[in-house]
Amino acid sequence: MPPILEMSAIAKEYYGNRVLKGVDLSVDAGEIVCLVGENGAGKSTLMNILFGMPVVHATGGFSGAVKIAGQRVAIDSPFKAMECGIGMVHQEFMLLPGFTVTENIKLNRELTSSNPLSSVVGALSPSAGKRLESLDFDSMTRDARAALARVGLEVESEATVGGLPVGHKQFIEIAREVDRHKARILVFDEPSAVLTESEADRLLETMRALARDGIGILFITHRLDEVMAVADRIVVLRDGERVAQLAGSEASVGRIAELMVGRKIEKRDLPPRSFSVSDAELALDIRDLVVDMPGEPVTGATLSVRRGEILGIGGLAGYGKLGIANGIAGIYPGRGTVLKDGLPLPLNDPAGSLARRVAFLSEDRRGVGLLLDESIELNIGLTSLQVQGKFLRTWLPGLSLLDAAGLRAHAREMIRWLDVRCVGPEQPVRRLSGGNQQKVCIAKAVTLDPDLLFVSEPTRGVDVGAKQRILDELVSLNRDRRMTIVVTSSELAELRSVCDRIAIVARGKVSRVLAPDAADVDFGLAMAG
Amino acid sequence: MNAPAEHRNFDWMALARKQAVPITFVALCLTLCVMSGQGPAFLAGEVATRLARNSFTTLSLIVPVLAGLGLNFGIVLGAMAAQMAIITVVHWNMAGLSGFLAAALLVVPIAIAFGWLVGLLFNRAKGREMVTGLIAGFFANGLYQLLFLFLVGTLIPFHNPALLLPEGYGLRNTVNLAPVNYALDDILSVTWKSGQGMAWTVGSADKTQPATGAVPSTGPESAGAGSPVKIPISTFLLITGLCLGIGWLMATKLGQDMRAVGQDMHIAEVAGIPVDRTRLIAVVVSTVLAAWGHLVYLQNMGTLNTYSSHEQIGMFGVASLLVGGASVSRATVWQALLGTLLFHTLFVTSPLAGKTLMGDPQIGEYFRVFVAYGVIALALALHAWKGGHQK
Repeated sequence: MPPILEMSAIAKEYYGNRVLKGVDLSVDAGEIVCLVGENGAGKSTLMNILFGMPVVHATGGFSGAVKIAGQRVAIDSPFKAMECGIGMVHQEFMLLPGFTVTENIKLNRELTSSNPLSSVVGALSPSAGKRLESLDFDSMTRDARAALARVGLEVESEATVGGLPVGHKQFIEIAREVDRHKARILVFDEPSAVLTESEADRLLETMRALARDGIGILFITHRLDEVMAVADRIVVLRDGERVAQLAGSEASVGRIAELMVGRKIEKRDLPPRSFSVSDAELALDIRDLVVDMPGEPVTGATLSVRRGEILGIGGLAGYGKLGIANGIAGIYPGRGTVLKDGLPLPLNDPAGSLARRVAFLSEDRRGVGLLLDESIELNIGLTSLQVQGKFLRTWLPGLSLLDAAGLRAHAREMIRWLDVRCVGPEQPVRRLSGGNQQKVCIAKAVTLDPDLLFVSEPTRGVDVGAKQRILDELVSLNRDRRMTIVVTSSELAELRSVCDRIAIVARGKVSRVLAPDAADVDFGLAMAG
Repeated sequence: MNAPAEHRNFDWMALARKQAVPITFVALCLTLCVMSGQGPAFLAGEVATRLARNSFTTLSLIVPVLAGLGLNFGIVLGAMAAQMAIITVVHWNMAGLSGFLAAALLVVPIAIAFGWLVGLLFNRAKGREMVTGLIAGFFANGLYQLLFLFLVGTLIPFHNPALLLPEGYGLRNTVNLAPVNYALDDILSVTWKSGQGMAWTVGSADKTQPATGAVPSTGPESAGAGSPVKIPISTFLLITGLCLGIGWLMATKLGQDMRAVGQDMHIAEVAGIPVDRTRLIAVVVSTVLAAWGHLVYLQNMGTLNTYSSHEQIGMFGVASLLVGGASVSRATVWQALLGTLLFHTLFVTSPLAGKTLMGDPQIGEYFRVFVAYGVIALALALHAWKGGHQK
């Protein structure tokens, strides 16, 4: 019997960037295959291809073949994927809060019965008649209850979904996929991220039960213990390549983590420091920091940053690494103790942290970091102008006006120093490339003249050439200006190339602080938490 | 003993918060009713007339609310379609129920076309449907004026001295709708006069009888306390039918799709529901219903102010729905009916109360305008207050 799903030699480029380099993946009926890999390894792209997501086809399609039960299929839309019997349990819930459990399970697959009007209209146009048919709630409820029983969730089918706990929602989502009669392949995209431990156990049990019924299951998760518990086969992706395929019985958590991380970049020779860095002088002392950042919650991080070092913060998506910098900069509500140079730093006060010479380059460059329709020079100068009163000239007491010439001169200097590719300081930043926008952000932070700089995802959405340059600039800020820098990044390789130490965050806490040349297996284990 | 009392108390507070908008307006209505100094018979008659006249239009707003389009100010175009149809019917010298039914049929293709255009516009302005609809109404009003002030009688061959301005082109400001006046109301109605009991009328009644509320600005002068109250049972039956029809529509696959789209367009799209088409259908349904609603209104009024009858339809319909406790994302048939009742009670009583208080009819008229817009602002503010509590 051919595998229920077979993807062979799948390759995909986004704007010249090869994110998948010929990946093979197959799932047999009744088999649970786990797909693991770091962020950016290509898992989501592979799933987008499987589901025929518009983003894939809007960017030039892909190469390679997809076969369902031995038949080659062209999946060019999510609907086609559903027709082929591919079901997806979404990472974000695709449930309507105002609908009941039944209505959600039967969403757009409602059972209907004809009525006089629908019969009349149906004679003219069958599809229009179909839409006018009355809902058959009795049959829908019966189906919904059967699906709920199959996933083992006890909940009133008439309950409104909005008021249910998160764990229930996940199971309703699964029940919906199970209810599709044709479902042959179910993809679980990090379904356990939001579940409590006992719910996660039940989820795994449900998966096994579904597999026993002959459904092929593709399970994407960052929790390696779950992989170990449930996988028949494990496929490891790294940098868009399938680096390994293991049978569930022969794998171990350490082995998987090591394969996931891998060594990608050779150790670079960083310029030496003219000053010393030690635990004796701390720039920042974070104790039990809790940050309420949606999607990246920090639940009690303790971390110290030495003065003059470059500290990396790494970890898996959703585990809270981004929350630390956002909390200290006051972007998201936080609590806990943060000492800067030995004195408490107020939380939830962006202006206060700026006044203490802490600058933050947000991962949300276009949303938080830049005023997209304003000029480069204004973007560079605005925060300093606002917080520190730079680039202002006092004409009369109480009347300060912008020192346009001074700002222009400063902007020109920054543009030259950072090599921002632009028409001139008056160009709106919206029209710059990602890398050049990031350089404007750096210029903005440098203008603030901070002694502690937080940089989140500095190279996200930046092409390879500009990436290196941005990292070099961070190193030169550290070496020449003695700026303490905390870099948060999803790319571990990048952290390992510039950092003195790397803190790995897992489940909202700092799980370990490692040297950049620590073993891959240590990083893997620390990331799994 | 204490615990249940406390429990009940808590429930009342929750109810008060949930129904803050209608409760406020009920209180306001009662106050104004007392201040107006009119007898209950007069008020009941006035309000019944206006309920029959306006409910249909208010109900036409429900479907787009459920489909997530918010309050459809675009129903003004439905009203324009209705006016085009009824002018045509009067021009063709059709009268009575057959004239009304002809207009009701004739309006359907026009309203579908208008609704379609508005729907296409709304699909390009997702999330900003309300302000888009408001402005589209103003824009359409310009085209409407161009059509009826200038094109009729020049580009469009139309010769009817009774309808045209003396210049020979352009419609008169007021069109007499006497031929279709009460065409619907008089199929079955009941007249009640204090002291004389009730009188049922089936079929067309005599046209000479002065109607209650035949002119938009019915003052207390035109309707004395002793005048008979006519309740158009047939119109109320039609409104009941519409309420049931909306209930039926929402229990079909199409209605379920509309509710799904109304809650979250993205999720509906992923589930395979044709979002844009569903929204388009919702707007078309709303526009056609609004057009019929306006026909019901016009047959009751008996006159058409060619250039202004349609203008406030959207605003008054929206105000009525909001006053009933509906919001931009949730509306029921009962809210529409209660809202129409409350809004028009305010509308009837506020000028009277203004006159009683200030002693000047002009102040009373001012009160009326003040109330119409004040009601919308107050209802929206109360909704915002309620929303704040929900978070």
